Amino acid sequence: MAINKIHIRIWFVIGWIAIWFLIYLNLDRIFSQINTITGLAGIKDGYARAIEFFIYEVPKVLMLLTLIVFIMGIVRTYFSPERTRAILEKKSLFAGNVLASILGIFTPFCSCSAVPLFIGFVEAGVPLGVTLSFLIAAPMINEIAIVLLFGLFGWEVAIIYITTGLVIAIISGYIIGKLKLERFVEEWVYEIKTGQKSSQEEKIKFQERIQSGYVAVNDIVSKVWLYIIAGVAIGSFAHGYVPEDFMASIMGKSTWWSVPLSVLIGIPLYSNAAGIIPVVEVLLSKGASLGTALAFMMSVIGLSLPEAIILKKVLKLPMIFIFFGIVGAGIILVGFIFNFIY
Amino acid sequence: MLEIKVLGTGCARCKELERMCFDVAAENNITADIQKVTDLKDIMSYGIMQTPGLVMNGKVLLSGKLPTKSTLLNWMKENS
Repeated sequence: MAINKIHIRIWFVIGWIAIWFLIYLNLDRIFSQINTITGLAGIKDGYARAIEFFIYEVPKVLMLLTLIVFIMGIVRTYFSPERTRAILEKKSLFAGNVLASILGIFTPFCSCSAVPLFIGFVEAGVPLGVTLSFLIAAPMINEIAIVLLFGLFGWEVAIIYITTGLVIAIISGYIIGKLKLERFVEEWVYEIKTGQKSSQEEKIKFQERIQSGYVAVNDIVSKVWLYIIAGVAIGSFAHGYVPEDFMASIMGKSTWWSVPLSVLIGIPLYSNAAGIIPVVEVLLSKGASLGTALAFMMSVIGLSLPEAIILKKVLKLPMIFIFFGIVGAGIILVGFIFNFIY
Repeated sequence: MLEIKVLGTGCARCKELERMCFDVAAENNITADIQKVTDLKDIMSYGIMQTPGLVMNGKVLLSGKLPTKSTLLNWMKENS
């Protein structure tokens, strides 16, 4: 009886995913039909183009988001922070940084848990540089950013974002590790004795993992759908009305200072990926160069004032500056490299 | 008496968990001493790495997510 129930649930999920692909892969056809029926296809003014872009992009992005969040919700049940910590405990500096950055993508992370995570890692003997690699990668490379980049710009840009994010996290953490900055961690962090080990490591049933997928969709999609619609609406409007090279003089390739400036502006700005990426979409389509837009986005998502304030509880001020300095420099470098290549 | 501690520095889910504890206890006439633990050192002494954390009679039951109301009720019954 119980087994039957699980099977039904799994088939249910597979059914949903099949329907998802059926719709997603035919979105083009569905919308060209709608355009023909409504007569939108024939009109070529800004207004029609804006609506066309909006009604095509919103379902596409929301569908992608739902699927990826669901899958990540399941995947993340395999990567508890406790397990990640155990993997990182005895790793040497460079290998540790690489692993920590990759695990940062998959381990569930919320910025409100940054401090307990930091203490838990450091206290268990994970090196400071490795811990920071994790704390850089985890917020910067998140699934919402990946989905939106994939949906709006294609897989190349999504891969570029993941790769450069990883490289920045690995190298920044490695440098911080080499600098031996342990003295800039508040002393009480090392004095904490974590009493009992959390009892989370018990076996999780597969249906509970699927349940986590549903919970993640419920949690995240219900939180960000409005940002996405608003963002795409702004983007659509800009598509129809703002001239193509509007941003070129400020954020184009020829203005070298636009990269560091974008990063500086991005630090105090705090937004989740859902809010910032449609803005980046507009910047790019209106003449901003890829490197500059990428740097701006990484700075907004990865470096934020609230994060600095949270980390201030465990890190002394010089350490916060070094942390932001190194990560910021990494982002600027990435921006320059992409402006140079493309 | 059942002693419940909600560990959290003030994130949205921490507040939600505290509210859930009060609700479930009230709805089922369970007497419990529900406390919020906000001091980081105290939170860390339970060995959790994600907030909110849920502790009943000194035992960590959950961290980093919210339980369902029925799970919460079961735990309360088991620990009363």
